[in-house]
Amino acid sequence: MLHLLVFSVFGLVCVAGAINLLVQRHPINSALSLVVVMGSLAVEYLLLGAEFVAAVQVIVYAGAIMVLFVFVIMLLNAGVENRTKGSRVAMLFGIPGVLIGSVLVAWVLLQHSGTGSVAAGALPGPPKVIGWLLFHDFLLPFEVTSVLVLIAIMGAVVLASHPADVQQSAQPDGKEG
Amino acid sequence: MVPLSYYLVLSGILFACGVIGFLIKRNIITIFMSIELMLNGVNLSFVAFAAQWHALSGQVFVFFVMVVAAAESAVGLAIIIAVYRTRGTLNVDQVDLLKL
Repeated sequence: MLHLLVFSVFGLVCVAGAINLLVQRHPINSALSLVVVMGSLAVEYLLLGAEFVAAVQVIVYAGAIMVLFVFVIMLLNAGVENRTKGSRVAMLFGIPGVLIGSVLVAWVLLQHSGTGSVAAGALPGPPKVIGWLLFHDFLLPFEVTSVLVLIAIMGAVVLASHPADVQQSAQPDGKEG
Repeated sequence: MVPLSYYLVLSGILFACGVIGFLIKRNIITIFMSIELMLNGVNLSFVAFAAQWHALSGQVFVFFVMVVAAAESAVGLAIIIAVYRTRGTLNVDQVDLLKL
């Protein structure tokens, strides 16, 4: 009962944050509501017994990635977005389509996958076991992701560096002589 | 005891909010945040299924998704900075040419 209560409260906070992300017009407000979504998702992970994933969610997602987002928003001085009017046909068919689709998906999920239930702390995912899996069964994917992160770092540096700096560093002694 | 379907419905709602934000938002940074919202929704269903079937591999996959999302956001935000430097705007309606 308490499990269901905690799930409902944080699920509602999560959905409210997601809707607030859509409604807000300033990017910084959207970013802060995304932090709320990620924090409440971490609580949902804890309810599912995934403590390692919950910790990584808070550290990597709510910490590192969102700091990067806020940093870029501040750096580019992003202002209020100006909305463009959608077409009337999209409104006419889109909203009923979304409603029908979501009700259908929710009905199917509630009817056909509601057999099992998840107990609180049913599957504790201790970091020890996760680490063993990561460095034993998933060693090759782990190494591949490390290469991916290295490539991403180099790509980000190349993309974000100023073009004039790149040209100057390519011809260091062009104007000296 | 919370049924698995509640978690799946919550993850579906999050994914749908991400799709709607991707379609209706006009600021390129907010569109990028909607993509992160979709990834979070998928992660929740991964963890829910991992708990359902007692398979810890699901949680390892969530870890991989997070790493790829971190790499993606680093590159994506660098691209956003480059776009803003060349176009001077963040509105995707005004960024409609591949070449300047």
